Amino acid sequence: MTDKAKRPLSPHLQVYKPQMTSVGSILHRATGYALAVGLVLFTWWLVAAATGPEAYDTFKTFCASGIGLIMLFGWTLAFFYHLANGLRHLIWDSGFLFKIEHASAAGWFVLLFTVVMTYLSWACLYGC
Amino acid sequence: MAQFTLPKNSKVTKGKSVDAANGAVRKRNFKVYRWNPDDEDNPRLDEYTIDLDKCGPMVLDALIYIKDNVDAGLTFRRSCREGICGSCAMNIDGTNTLACTKDIDDCKGDVKITPLPHMPVVKDLVPDLTHVYAQYETIEPWMKTDSPAPDRERLQSSEDANLLNGDDGNGPAGCILCFCCSTSCPSYWWNGDRFMGPAILLQAYRWIADTRDEATGERLDNLEDPFRLYRCHTIMNCTNTCPKGLNPAKAIAEIKKLMVVRR
Repeated sequence: MTDKAKRPLSPHLQVYKPQMTSVGSILHRATGYALAVGLVLFTWWLVAAATGPEAYDTFKTFCASGIGLIMLFGWTLAFFYHLANGLRHLIWDSGFLFKIEHASAAGWFVLLFTVVMTYLSWACLYGC
Repeated sequence: MAQFTLPKNSKVTKGKSVDAANGAVRKRNFKVYRWNPDDEDNPRLDEYTIDLDKCGPMVLDALIYIKDNVDAGLTFRRSCREGICGSCAMNIDGTNTLACTKDIDDCKGDVKITPLPHMPVVKDLVPDLTHVYAQYETIEPWMKTDSPAPDRERLQSSEDANLLNGDDGNGPAGCILCFCCSTSCPSYWWNGDRFMGPAILLQAYRWIADTRDEATGERLDNLEDPFRLYRCHTIMNCTNTCPKGLNPAKAIAEIKKLMVVRR
């Protein structure tokens, strides 16, 4: 019998293939964190609006800057992904969508929804 | 706690390469995880090139060929060679499955074989299953009844039996306890000390769903815990990887539903 403490741990993340199931799940968590951080910007927006025109101008300048736009775009993506995938989770919690083909199809739909809705939101912002 | 990298003693190093194909036309590389408890070295990935015309079609056939003809020290579990005993569960080509039912032709490029993920290794491809078996024991996987024993078997309608066997034969009773699912679950990797994992929860559901069993409430009590049951975040790697085509994720969702219904 070998010393149990000596036993190595077998590879996990290092070998396991990323797939729709696991990648979809970790994206849900990541976008959730991103949205939580986004709340700081949201709070700034509200506080700036309540403080006065100068504070609001500072906020607007930041949002219109390169980094501000990139962050807003990221949050739009995160918002729509988290929204759609959250609904996918609600369906799961009701006991449906457990056939692996259906679950994967829903995963692809969530990704498509995210891209389309983000595109539409920004198209509206700049187009109309 | 989640530790995403392997501990120092577990990092996999490059191993030896053995070309045993003798210039065969149909040859294939197998990269196999090796660790010997009798020396002080880290695990390594040995590479064997073999002639596919000399061995059977499945990954298990290749492992047996290597053990018989190339390296007799190679250690792995196997028994039935037809997907019913669950002994040869391992990670092949990036997902967990049974070596005996995995076609070599279904693997892309070099066939990489490592033990079931995130488990203590006894030797080579043999993981230590003590902990999962202990978890299995906690769900008391036997029929529990209060009513007096009848003169003969406790009978079931075929509809009730279908809850266990599944309309398609893929119900929870089809589980062979190979633990491909539990060891594919990131949640089980990070919290396996307290989270039951998909295999054990599927088995728990098998007894909860059994209409002859009379301890459903007690069984649910035993699982109502932030870790034992609720570390399942519906990732569904379990269902995706089950070599028997069962659905642990669905069984866990059914348990969660029963928890809500009985409130």
